Amino acid sequence: MNDEVEPKVSDTGTGAPQATEPEPPPPPSLWHTTLRDIASGHAMVAFLSVILAVLVGSVMILATDEQVRSAAGYIGARPSDFFEAVWEAISGAYAALFRGAIYNGEAELFETRIRPLTETLKFSGPLIAAGLGVGLAFRAGLFNIGGRGQMLLAGAAAGWVAVSVELPTVLHLPLAVAAGVLAGALWAGIVGLLKARTGAHEVIVTIMLNYVGFYLVFYALSRQGLLQAPGSGNPKSAAMPESAVLPKLLGDRFNLHFGFVLALVAVALVWWLLNRSALGFRFRAVGENPEAARAAGIDVGRTYTVVMLIAGGLVGLAGVNQVLGTVTSGVTVDLDAGIGFDAITVALLGRSRPLGILAAGLLFGALKSGGFAMSASEGIPVDIVLVVQSLIVLFIAAPPLVRAMFHLPKRGATA
Amino acid sequence: MSTTTEIPVPANAEGIGTATSTRGLLKTPILFAVVTLLVLLLVALKSRRGETTFRLAVDTDLFELPEVAVSSTAGTTTMVVLLAVCTAVSAVLVSRGRRTPLWLIAVFSVFAMTGFLCWAAAGEAVPVIGLLGGSIALAVPLVFGALGGVLGERAGVVNIAIDGQLLFGAFAAALIGSMAGSSWGGLVAAMLAGAMVALALGFFTITYFVDQVIVGVVLNVLVIGLTSFLFSQVMAENPQGLNNPPHFSRIPIPLLGEIPVVGPVLFRQTILVYLMYAAVAVVAWALYRTKWGLRVRAVGEHPKAADTVGIKVNRTRYTTLLIGGLIAGAGGATYTLVAVPQFGREMTDGAGYIALAAVIFGRWDPIRATLAALLFGFATNLSGVLSVLGSPVPSQFMLMLPYIVTIVAVAGLVGHSRAPAADGIPYRKD
Repeated sequence: MNDEVEPKVSDTGTGAPQATEPEPPPPPSLWHTTLRDIASGHAMVAFLSVILAVLVGSVMILATDEQVRSAAGYIGARPSDFFEAVWEAISGAYAALFRGAIYNGEAELFETRIRPLTETLKFSGPLIAAGLGVGLAFRAGLFNIGGRGQMLLAGAAAGWVAVSVELPTVLHLPLAVAAGVLAGALWAGIVGLLKARTGAHEVIVTIMLNYVGFYLVFYALSRQGLLQAPGSGNPKSAAMPESAVLPKLLGDRFNLHFGFVLALVAVALVWWLLNRSALGFRFRAVGENPEAARAAGIDVGRTYTVVMLIAGGLVGLAGVNQVLGTVTSGVTVDLDAGIGFDAITVALLGRSRPLGILAAGLLFGALKSGGFAMSASEGIPVDIVLVVQSLIVLFIAAPPLVRAMFHLPKRGATA
Repeated sequence: MSTTTEIPVPANAEGIGTATSTRGLLKTPILFAVVTLLVLLLVALKSRRGETTFRLAVDTDLFELPEVAVSSTAGTTTMVVLLAVCTAVSAVLVSRGRRTPLWLIAVFSVFAMTGFLCWAAAGEAVPVIGLLGGSIALAVPLVFGALGGVLGERAGVVNIAIDGQLLFGAFAAALIGSMAGSSWGGLVAAMLAGAMVALALGFFTITYFVDQVIVGVVLNVLVIGLTSFLFSQVMAENPQGLNNPPHFSRIPIPLLGEIPVVGPVLFRQTILVYLMYAAVAVVAWALYRTKWGLRVRAVGEHPKAADTVGIKVNRTRYTTLLIGGLIAGAGGATYTLVAVPQFGREMTDGAGYIALAAVIFGRWDPIRATLAALLFGFATNLSGVLSVLGSPVPSQFMLMLPYIVTIVAVAGLVGHSRAPAADGIPYRKD
């Protein structure tokens, strides 16, 4: 991991073509020490970041907890009540989170006990796939905020093949998956092509295509003969037929489906692509410095198009995962379930590296699965998970801040 | 990143002159021609019977303008001719190596819109006042957000967190407005909330050199989580007392409000709209005509040089970012202090990203960004108005329109837009 170069996202932002002037502040010295810092102490900082984020989350839970608030009213008279309430609120919340994400010790059957873990894996699948799509684009210096649109198009295409074609499973499922991945790829490919040909900024185009894709899919879902379930008036497709549904991995009692395996395969493929292939080298070269890449004879425009095609395909896989695996009752416009945006945080937390994204996707899947349990049993809104997730990314991105907060020694930095 | 090598030019009030090759200039006439053909196709393929009426007055007008009724086909055809003329003019200009002026693009857009309306609203009456006035109302948060974004980026800080600023502003306005029982209190709270998000953005990006895009995106998620959490944990417990702010009502401006068409559109709005006019003017003036503005732009273009002449780069970035936050926060107040005074989960629905698009579309210039934001407001309102009138186009395609227009414009008209040179790059003093 250490020998890899840090993805430089800052060049994408809204800052269009890179300035050709020599960069005013000489980045090497401090930048490199910071890099080494991150590399050497990354695990520690990551761990502390999670702790910090969880602490902030706890404060929020406490501040809004009824019992804690009422006990705080007479804290002078009976402080023990207050601390008891604090302990109950916090331990209740995190025990529920753990029960929902990893292992439910309270359940009777062994199956129900390990069920949360399988749910976590189920939620991780699309997060990993979409995270790879965003992360890969980051590596080539592109910011793909278009996850939502790409997932919608992919889900709609996969759903269309699923409901309108009749084939045996051996052919039907791969065909539906391929259609979804292709649709996601093409939808994102537009962005790469426009960027290459006209210089249109990918941030704007991906955002706009999210909306266009939403209304396009919405239109298809509300038209008989296109995607709408026959005889229905709702903007929803028919349920996916058996022959196009991703098989369950652990039998019918668990929701975990083959989509998770596809996500793992995608991790391996992207790892190979980035670290072992010439194409991946071009992606990284363009991401590091498009001008230098151009000077070295790389067709930058073409690289943008290709990277967006692949990125869109990966995000599309997440859409397929949802439609053919997690929610097989029919395609709706809500099929992306916020994953398109969550993917950005996953990619950031995973530092745009395939294995990092795998880990980040698993963590966020666990938080998602646990968050639902926490909200069901403790009445804590599931939004707390968003807060904790975003704080983790923020803290991890600022190692000096975390070090300062925990009074850790600065590593090597002398500036 | 572009196919032509670009040399950074110092930004000036005229915006940035980029692609000077004829190939780049050709885009506009080609785009014009495509639009002209599209409108022509509408009449040719699906001719509409009946007359289209343009209602130019509302009942409360002092002097009522008469309604204008034109035959749908004749109206659209006339507009196609005018569009063709504009295209020709643009082509001639480009063949002489000049760029298509902004006013021609504006005139062209008006013709294209009129032609489309003639066709789409055949047999119906188009409420022109409602269409334009509603557009302004819808554009208010976008304009405020875009102004905030322009300020931050001109100082060299990419602000993706506009959406977070709007949402936090909306939340604070609803909460504090209800608690204080005052809409002005709500507005002040909204501005402070926007500035708080800006402060967080500055803290991580300026002080801790974290990537600006990362922090922006993450702050948006953070604000969504925070406001949704507090909404269901705190506000939902007592909606009457905590989510029920008094709202701003419309204030017609005496004389100006009586001007036909312009009056009801521009001068019978809420105080927030008037504040928006003021904000646009002040930001444009401050950025280009004051010492402070010059410093801000210097810091965004070449921080090293600015530092050399004694400008405190990071302090300037902080203050500019905070002012931008105050402005964007005020935009958030429009969600909860006008019309339906109530906060709802994720109620900005990504408007901040549209404002960000307006910033880039407007080439980091306050006036152009405002115009871009108004275009979004118009397109959104148009789709609403047309779905009420029963247009032949499915409503989903109408709703898509603003976003497609943006893509076309960004790809065709703006092309290689150039950000302030140091936009997105943290400044480290050695």
